[in-house]
Amino acid sequence: MQDAPEKLRADNIRKRFGAVEVLKGISLSARAGDVTAMIGASGSGKSTMLRCLNLLERPNEGRIIVAGEELKLTPKTSGELAASDPKQLQRIRARLSMVFQQFNLWAHMTALENVIEAPIRVLGLSRPDAVARAERYLERVGVAHRKAAYPAHMSGGEQQRVAIARALAMEPEVMLFDEPTSALDPELVGEVLRVMRSLAEEGRTMIVVTHEMSFAREVANKVVFLHGGLIEEQGVAREVLSNPQTERLKGFLARTLG
Amino acid sequence: MFDWPVVLAALPDFFRGLRVTLILLAIALATGFVLSIPLAMARVSKNKWLSMPVFVFTYIIRGTPLLVQMFMVYHGLAQFEWMRQSAVWFLFKDAWFCAWLVFSISTTAYTTEIFAGALRQTPSGELEAAQSLGMTKLQIYARILWPGALRRALPQYSNEVVGLMHATAVASTVTLVEITRVARDVYYNHLSVTDSFGVAAVFYFVLTFTVVGIFKLLEKRYLKHLNRKISGPVPAR
Repeated sequence: MQDAPEKLRADNIRKRFGAVEVLKGISLSARAGDVTAMIGASGSGKSTMLRCLNLLERPNEGRIIVAGEELKLTPKTSGELAASDPKQLQRIRARLSMVFQQFNLWAHMTALENVIEAPIRVLGLSRPDAVARAERYLERVGVAHRKAAYPAHMSGGEQQRVAIARALAMEPEVMLFDEPTSALDPELVGEVLRVMRSLAEEGRTMIVVTHEMSFAREVANKVVFLHGGLIEEQGVAREVLSNPQTERLKGFLARTLG
Repeated sequence: MFDWPVVLAALPDFFRGLRVTLILLAIALATGFVLSIPLAMARVSKNKWLSMPVFVFTYIIRGTPLLVQMFMVYHGLAQFEWMRQSAVWFLFKDAWFCAWLVFSISTTAYTTEIFAGALRQTPSGELEAAQSLGMTKLQIYARILWPGALRRALPQYSNEVVGLMHATAVASTVTLVEITRVARDVYYNHLSVTDSFGVAAVFYFVLTFTVVGIFKLLEKRYLKHLNRKISGPVPAR
């Protein structure tokens, strides 16, 4: 996939929380169809990195380019970089939809309402068009029968699949997944991973922060291993995971698989 | 227990008093609701220059009795020559205006705190999800924060409505002939507590249960997303 167009590129992202530097200069690139698994121990900075990509966390340094468009950033007095142009940030965020560990569905809206909201408000779709699109994606992730249900009345696996449909309905350039199965009961992990695997197979560009090593091995084509706020090792998923070069990744894999 | 001829003779007055009570309640609630929306947003703002003044306002209003506020506005301001000379005196010499003003300010203070509390309870993830999809600040307030917060605020807001309804009795001290004032007049004429304040109590009691009933219906409709019982069994997790 070397010739595929670059969908997302992040250069030298640094992020400090007070005196602690959690990202010490991380660069990422995702071409169309890439599925990148970001792995690493808790505290390695992988979720923070993902959240810097759509500016849910403001990095202190770095550049972010989405489908060729660079996000304009301005330093704040706090040292963080903020979007110079809120309109551009909203436009770029709409092309990078995110799936969260805790699902983060809007509690007062039904599954269908959750999925049509942003396409109507942000993309400007008409309601009938948004509903048709939402029903298609709810069907796609296997929760169409739950479209009238409120989040509190659904299982975790159903909620996460609705959240994936909500992200899909934006028809984004890149989908960001922040530990999408970590809050699920073990027996519900499979249904969410199956959906993510099928999305990968249809060629969607995905960046997935995960602890699921089997998913990283079988679905991802690239793996990025973070340690202490730096990329310790990266490369083609199968090679990196079956033949790790660094002691840290060897140790990490031994602990997570063992 | 009741001296029925006396009660029946006073009933038309009680119903006129009920009308005054309800009008005062409605205009104060409407004013308070409208003012509390922007004030609650200021109250939860990270900007101290926005949140502090609102906190001071609600703290002072909630920290002083309504009756004292009523006397200060209606009787107190009238003592100042400059007030009586001012362009707004025609308003402040009017009991209706003073009652509306004092009740509105009072309910605004309480409602602002209720709404601010409900806004703060918004799970941060709901906010992040909206941001991550590219919604604007205005859209996030209008579609995510307020619809969730107003629903969560319903039970507490219903207490505020009942509380304010009972507090309208204070308006009787500034010549407004609402339910309590009618009761006092009947009492002065007939010296029977049951025929006067007893009847007033029945009126307030019926009003209270009507308000509570209306809010129960609203909660059933707007809080069903939180209620497992209404929407069937809990799915297997």
